[in-house]
Amino acid sequence: MTPYVRPANLSEAIALAGHGYRPLAGGTDLYPGAGRELSGPVLDLTALSELRGFDATHGLRIGACTSWAAIAEASLPPALRALQQAALQVGGRQIQNAGTIGGNICNASPAADGIPPLLALNAELEFAGPGGKRRIALEQALLGPRKIARAPDEILIAVHIPAAALTGRSAFRKLGARSHLVISIVMAAVNLRIEAGRIMRARIAVGSCAPTARRLPGLEQALTGMTPDQVVIDPALVIAALSPLDDIRATAAYRSAAVVTLLSRLIRECGA
Amino acid sequence: MIDFTLNGKTVTAEVAPTLRLSEVLRDHLGLTGTKVGCDAGDCGACTVLVDGRAQCACLIPIGRIAACHVQTVEAETPLLSRLRASFLRHGAAQCGICTPGMLMAACDLLNRTPHPTPAQVEQTLGGVLCRCTGYRKIIEAVTKANSAFTEPEMVSKVGASLQRVDGAAKVSGDRFGADLTPSGAVTVKAIRAPHPHADFVFGDLAAFAARPGVAGIFTAKDIPGRNAFGVIPAFADQPAIAAAPARFRGECVALVAFEPGAPADLGEFPITWTALPALLSPAAAEAQGAPLLHPHRRENRLTQGRVVKGDAGQALAGSAHVVGGSITTSHVEHAYIEPEAGAAWMEGDTLVIRACTQAPAMDRDDTAAVLGLPIDRLRIVPSAVGGGFGSKLDVSLQPLIGLVTLRTGRPSRMVYDRAESMTSTTKRHPAEITGRIGCDATGRITGMEFEGRFDTGAYSSWGPTVANRVPVHASGPYRTPHLTAHARAVHTHGPVSGAFRGFGVPQAAVWQETLYDELAAKVGLDPLEFRILNALRDGDASGTGQVLQAVGIGPCLEALRPHWQRARTEAASQPFRGVGVASCWYGCGNTALPNPSTIRIGVTAAGRIVLHQGATDIGQGSNTVIAQIAAEALGVPVQALHLIGPDTALTPDAGKTSASRQTFVSGRAAQSAGLALRAALLRLANAGEDAVLLADDSGIHVRTGSDTRQIQLEGLPADALGYALSVEETYDPPTLPLNENGQGSPYAVYGYGAQMVELSVDPDLGMVTLHKITAAHDLGRAINPMLAEGQIEGGIAQGIGMALMEEYVSGRTDNLHDYLIPTFGDVPPIESLLIEVPDPEGPFGAKGLGEHVLIPTAPAILNAIRHATGARLTRLPALPHRILAAMKGQIG
Repeated sequence: MTPYVRPANLSEAIALAGHGYRPLAGGTDLYPGAGRELSGPVLDLTALSELRGFDATHGLRIGACTSWAAIAEASLPPALRALQQAALQVGGRQIQNAGTIGGNICNASPAADGIPPLLALNAELEFAGPGGKRRIALEQALLGPRKIARAPDEILIAVHIPAAALTGRSAFRKLGARSHLVISIVMAAVNLRIEAGRIMRARIAVGSCAPTARRLPGLEQALTGMTPDQVVIDPALVIAALSPLDDIRATAAYRSAAVVTLLSRLIRECGA
Repeated sequence: MIDFTLNGKTVTAEVAPTLRLSEVLRDHLGLTGTKVGCDAGDCGACTVLVDGRAQCACLIPIGRIAACHVQTVEAETPLLSRLRASFLRHGAAQCGICTPGMLMAACDLLNRTPHPTPAQVEQTLGGVLCRCTGYRKIIEAVTKANSAFTEPEMVSKVGASLQRVDGAAKVSGDRFGADLTPSGAVTVKAIRAPHPHADFVFGDLAAFAARPGVAGIFTAKDIPGRNAFGVIPAFADQPAIAAAPARFRGECVALVAFEPGAPADLGEFPITWTALPALLSPAAAEAQGAPLLHPHRRENRLTQGRVVKGDAGQALAGSAHVVGGSITTSHVEHAYIEPEAGAAWMEGDTLVIRACTQAPAMDRDDTAAVLGLPIDRLRIVPSAVGGGFGSKLDVSLQPLIGLVTLRTGRPSRMVYDRAESMTSTTKRHPAEITGRIGCDATGRITGMEFEGRFDTGAYSSWGPTVANRVPVHASGPYRTPHLTAHARAVHTHGPVSGAFRGFGVPQAAVWQETLYDELAAKVGLDPLEFRILNALRDGDASGTGQVLQAVGIGPCLEALRPHWQRARTEAASQPFRGVGVASCWYGCGNTALPNPSTIRIGVTAAGRIVLHQGATDIGQGSNTVIAQIAAEALGVPVQALHLIGPDTALTPDAGKTSASRQTFVSGRAAQSAGLALRAALLRLANAGEDAVLLADDSGIHVRTGSDTRQIQLEGLPADALGYALSVEETYDPPTLPLNENGQGSPYAVYGYGAQMVELSVDPDLGMVTLHKITAAHDLGRAINPMLAEGQIEGGIAQGIGMALMEEYVSGRTDNLHDYLIPTFGDVPPIESLLIEVPDPEGPFGAKGLGEHVLIPTAPAILNAIRHATGARLTRLPALPHRILAAMKGQIG
């Protein structure tokens, strides 16, 4: 068996995925855990043109191997501003040049920077495997820390943002104890549709607090009808949805308080 | 077979396609300019350009590179040339290990944006870590790389900001410990303890040794000499390879040597571990009935020290105001970007070890003892050192590769990975400090009681020094008529605590300087004026009874006054903005112990002047500063000196690079050597003292008035070193031992400083934003102001880390993404005020600086946080959650 293949053809890639090859995207998560070389066999996805770039024909399709730098540099609607803000905070520029949106999702870290903005966009994942293609909502695909609903013989080929979710304004922020290269203590993404100064629809997601990033449906409902600069968040709605954790980066109590602050500010930022 | 374009030329690599690009560049194509600091994309040292975009070479499978254009620091492009020159002009490279990554990341930016703003530099270079510079000079070098400038005149006099004499190497990928692989070298890997305290038994070692690719296995039984090393010989207790039980996580218990090119797979090494109960805090280790790590050290106490002057208890009882409090600090990791690395080989009967180190002569003595060799059969050749900060004073892999080469007769090579470097080497001592300080009704300090307990970990390392140095410095640079200061070092099964920039004094300063702010508040004095009132002055006696001269703390604090008044006024009108100040003093050199340096200068018959200086430059700049001092004393430009750097076979012992002693002690020896050679040359020429020496390729000339003539050296008989003329001068700072009450003169020279921090605190998130740090440091004489500023900025960056983010937890933060050090954006603009109060002992008046600069930063930050919020932090690091909790405690 060839230990490393980098096909340029999607059907070839799908066939290989069915034969025990390990998919490799940017490599920014797999190499840090590797020894001298990656244990294989390795299926390098980065030469597949179908997995790169943007297509706005139906909603927005982002190829799974689109790099964070490409996302940050693209001209995208305000609803994707949060995703673009996150893109500029995934490691340093070296990581943004190599790391991909699909790799970030499949690695499924509770602190994955890309996931909260995508949750707030109702993103869907498109997998391809021997049985064909399928779509699943990102929210449903997040099964646990480092666990995503991907069969071993499947490849994530694209992230889709439904047309209906491409409206509204968005903002993202992550908190850490230093400026760059932060694994966040807390992060949050907010996406609001505002009409006549009032929140008509809110989608809110928080990462780094629970085993997976989560939407906060209770809070989203409560916000509807409020004016962004007068929002008062009921901490109970946040804490009940997240049950934040204690770890070396911060205490649960801090996370609970910080999430509320962060969300209030992001909501105001979207309203401004 | 993979073809790609490397620095403009097509190359072919016949390697496995999943190998990292970094390894292929370094090990297969021989381009070692690309550095490896973590193999995880955390440090950015390996940054290269792939099709023009910066990427970490450690994260790219070489197979992906086929048909790509790769550019490394070895490239020759007009942009890289301009960047290199700008880095040198601005002092943006210190040790040089991160420099290739910085340069390549900067190329990515400047190719798109020729004249970037500082913010753009921070954003684009934010993925590269630097532990030496504090980033500010890098930002300046990159923003101005494409700007016009006038080529500075190469003035080499003392006091001139001469560019580093080793600068060209630093900006082109210097040769560090991992960058030399002797032909045929076996690869050495260590088996390390997975638990803080662990028993272990080996299985069938012979069967593992017989595997293909395995060149040998070595255990404690193979150590021919004394299996105990330690920087302080009387306390030497750390085995190079431990016999059971292992006393800390990461301790080496066996070595495996692999044939060159064989996969170094330790996965099936036959060893069975049993975790044993571990003492993980000094409190547990001192508890009644606690088992002893070392049977002869009762109560697990390594050592203790004290300074007692007057009657502090009585003084406090009679004081108008008394404050008390406690602080605790964490393990702090040095986090140099170069993990330990080196190679060993035999030259005849002599074992040669080339590795990164701060102390070649100590390495030689310790390693020779472990290997049972006479010291004249061991030669230590320091590589370029990619940061040290104290941890590379202790031996690490020197006895290990030495053992393998000695036993096999074959060259060997060992390169620690990041986790291995972090788990197995020393840390800053965690401290628990408690006590009280009092003052009279006018604010004059009356007395202090200080009790410090330091977690010294499993072995002695520099624990004894911490116990001695801390009580001496407990008072800070303030008149303290009555002082009782105790410090003790306690063994635990934690990481070995050793030397780290400041040797325990930074921890003490956190306690003392935050309490001084409380005392100032009680007496109603401004914090800066309180310090000026109490500052030590010439003729005052320290806590050890030493009468001090050339005391610079008053001038430092007074230099801050206009900045302080401006900043406090600005802060008064802005909520949650704070300004804090703290001072430092620091004795240069060993504490009340001899620590001589010897410098040699030779002149060949052809008139070539050769400076043999054995001080290791770990980035701080001793190669340049000592050459400047020697040249000035001799009366020639630096460019006239040919430099021979540290090598135990070629340079006399200039001691270790620690305790801020090289500029002072080795510098003083260099000054004496320069003066002695000058006198000898003038004598030979029969010229008077005011004659001018001229040195160039044609020889040495002497000019008196309008008369210039060559000094005739050819006829002189060569001395034992082959020189027509040579001098060797030794300087050992005059100190007096400390008596049982810690009274004496432990240091010949002290340096002083004070820093002021301006910051804001987000009251809802506990996040700190630093706005500016103003640093006034008395260094006696700034031999090289640009390098001095570099020390100040780098020390402050480490102080920021200690204050706000750094907390090493063995087994949990053994990498550079969980262990946080400051990045671009965490270090604010720094204004350095160089104060020169010359010390008669120092060369041209110079004092040490390197450690002083870290000491005031953390307490000044805590004082500023308190000024901004009222929150009193008593545990470092002051992470956002601790700040928020402290603020709530204050409000509640």
